[in-house]
Amino acid sequence: MREITLSQAVNEAIAEEMRRDPSVFLMGEDVAEAGTPFKVLSGLVEEFGTERVIDTPISEPGFMGMAVGAAMTGARPIVDLMFGDFIFLIMDQLCNQAAKTHYMSGGKLTVPLVLRTNMGATRRSAAQHSQSLQALVAHIPGLKVAMPSSSYEAKGLMKTAIRDNNPVVIFEDKLMYQDKAPVPEEEYLIPFGVANVKREGRDITLIGTSSMVQVAEKAAEILAAEGISAEVIDPRTIVPLDEKTLIESVKKTSRAIVIDEGHQSYGVTAEIASRLNEKAFYHLDAPVLRMGAMDVPVPFSPALEDLTVPTPEQVAANARRLCAGELIHAA
Amino acid sequence: MAKAKSNTEDYLRMYTQMVRIRTFEDNANQLYLSAKMPGLTHMYSGEEAVAVGICEALTDADRITSTHRGHGHCVAKGAEFKAMFCELLGKAEGYCRGKGGSMHIADQSHGNLGANAIVGGSMGIATGSALRAKLQGSDDVTVCFFGDGATAQGLLYEVMNMAALWKLPVIYACENNGYSEYTKTEEIAAGSITARAEAFGIEAHQVDGQDVLEVNDLARKLVARARKGEGPFFIELMTYRYHGHHVGDINREYYRSKAEEKEWKDNRDPIIRFRAHLVREGIATEADLDALNAEIEKDAAEAVAYALDAAYPDAAEVDMHVYAA
Ligand SMILES: Cc1ncc(C[n+]2csc(CCOP(=O)(O)OP(=O)(O)O)c2C)c(N)n1
Ligand SMILES: [Mg+2]
Repeated sequence: MREITLSQAVNEAIAEEMRRDPSVFLMGEDVAEAGTPFKVLSGLVEEFGTERVIDTPISEPGFMGMAVGAAMTGARPIVDLMFGDFIFLIMDQLCNQAAKTHYMSGGKLTVPLVLRTNMGATRRSAAQHSQSLQALVAHIPGLKVAMPSSSYEAKGLMKTAIRDNNPVVIFEDKLMYQDKAPVPEEEYLIPFGVANVKREGRDITLIGTSSMVQVAEKAAEILAAEGISAEVIDPRTIVPLDEKTLIESVKKTSRAIVIDEGHQSYGVTAEIASRLNEKAFYHLDAPVLRMGAMDVPVPFSPALEDLTVPTPEQVAANARRLCAGELIHAA
Repeated sequence: MAKAKSNTEDYLRMYTQMVRIRTFEDNANQLYLSAKMPGLTHMYSGEEAVAVGICEALTDADRITSTHRGHGHCVAKGAEFKAMFCELLGKAEGYCRGKGGSMHIADQSHGNLGANAIVGGSMGIATGSALRAKLQGSDDVTVCFFGDGATAQGLLYEVMNMAALWKLPVIYACENNGYSEYTKTEEIAAGSITARAEAFGIEAHQVDGQDVLEVNDLARKLVARARKGEGPFFIELMTYRYHGHHVGDINREYYRSKAEEKEWKDNRDPIIRFRAHLVREGIATEADLDALNAEIEKDAAEAVAYALDAAYPDAAEVDMHVYAA
């Protein structure tokens, strides 16, 4: 199968959907001729013109709000938010307007829009260009949240997101834009709420989101060499969450570590761990462990920044201890 | 002759709609005072000529966005009393199935995109609706209603900039009622409000919001021009709210005097003024208008009784409509 970059996968997904459905359009800063600073959207303006690939002023709340209004009245906007960190600027339009309109109107109005943005540290971009803020969005009922872990997921989830009748937020890991993975030539969609068991195992379940799936897979390799069999699962969407697959896995392995690049406290890892505790408690042989980013603003210095994100070695070390019956956080 | 007849109909409909808003609000206020309505509500009484003058210039295909003070926009854009009172009381037959309440009330089928409890929260939505119209080659126009207080929100300036750059068919309708909550407009708004729109190259007008004909006349002209791609436009409508900021704001002399309220009610009331005009021009007699008023009051009383008896939503609805299918 051909291999393409995550960036190309996103581009292909959007181009295919724009060809299929004339109501789909793109808006954001420097999305047209520049194709975004990450060049993810290069070439789209040549095919679809500036009517459908719209360069906006630097007015995040403004164009986010406009996307909500366009979506409510029959268009399917894709909003490009240059950095995930800027989500704080659009919170009202996303969480008070987009997320609640369907409910507040008693089901009469819908808001089919996609907000694509990014996440991920270790790009030496410091505290305001490195955050992974998916937990903030996942907290709000009415929003769906997808976290592609490779080019394959990036394409299939994007196409599903564009066809979904709800506001969907897609967090792409900006360090993965150049990573290649096999992507079929034929059209495919990846349904929301269906986790992917990337690797089967017996002794421990490693649940990772986005780039943390790769971290979990590398940890599983390390562990395999030591005779520990780790199962790796990618939920692919955190809202909706495929609880069933996660719970079934933990019932089998009786141990789990949840890994996500958002801050650990009050985060995605906490939510998933808590559901496993509630729903698989009697099957567990060890506490479910959370591994998120450190609870510090992301530092600039590489010497510090690299300490803030979970690594395969740390995941493997924690898995080893859980499998040996050691308590990691003994009271 | 034909023209005079259509004017007569238009005029009587404008009168009727203004009285319907006033009557709706009087009943809503009573429901609050008699503790039959959950929560609070913001009365539109006094500002009727604004919503009616503008919405009478629109078709069902045209959209509006409304505010926390939204009952007037809702009636003016074609809503019925029954489903409105049901919404106010949180009943299943409300326009939003009781999930929105007073601050989110809207009859979506007539192009009302919703009342909004975030001050200024719908400015993006209205402008986006206009962007959609332009992209899809549709000739509908969107009117964004908001208060003087909302002009302090940065969002307005972001979206006016884009609306002007892209010549969007949107009309920003600023209802300047002199107050944002308990604060006078001159204490929160520097300089001129219309000049802010003009700075973006947007044609701006200030009108007497208590004169329904003046409002309607301007709205018709601007809507027609917006349809032809000459938008956006900005209108500042000088108006006044008769009640407190919300129904519970009763002792309010610390921020505005009774004399000031009396002056607006006695000498500038939009309904009294228009009624006098209709009689003077021979469009209707006092008796005709009294009969119209009585009919509207009866209609409202029946709708209130209906809503009081109507069923609450079933508990199963609580997690319905979080996501669309
Ligand atoms: C973002 C936001 N800030 C504050 C409030 C509280 N609040 C509700 S109405 C209001 C005053 C609004 O004044 P104006 O825009 O002039 O509208 P009016 O009530 O006069 O119709 C305030 C401050 C709110 N709902 N939303
Ligand atoms: Mg005001």
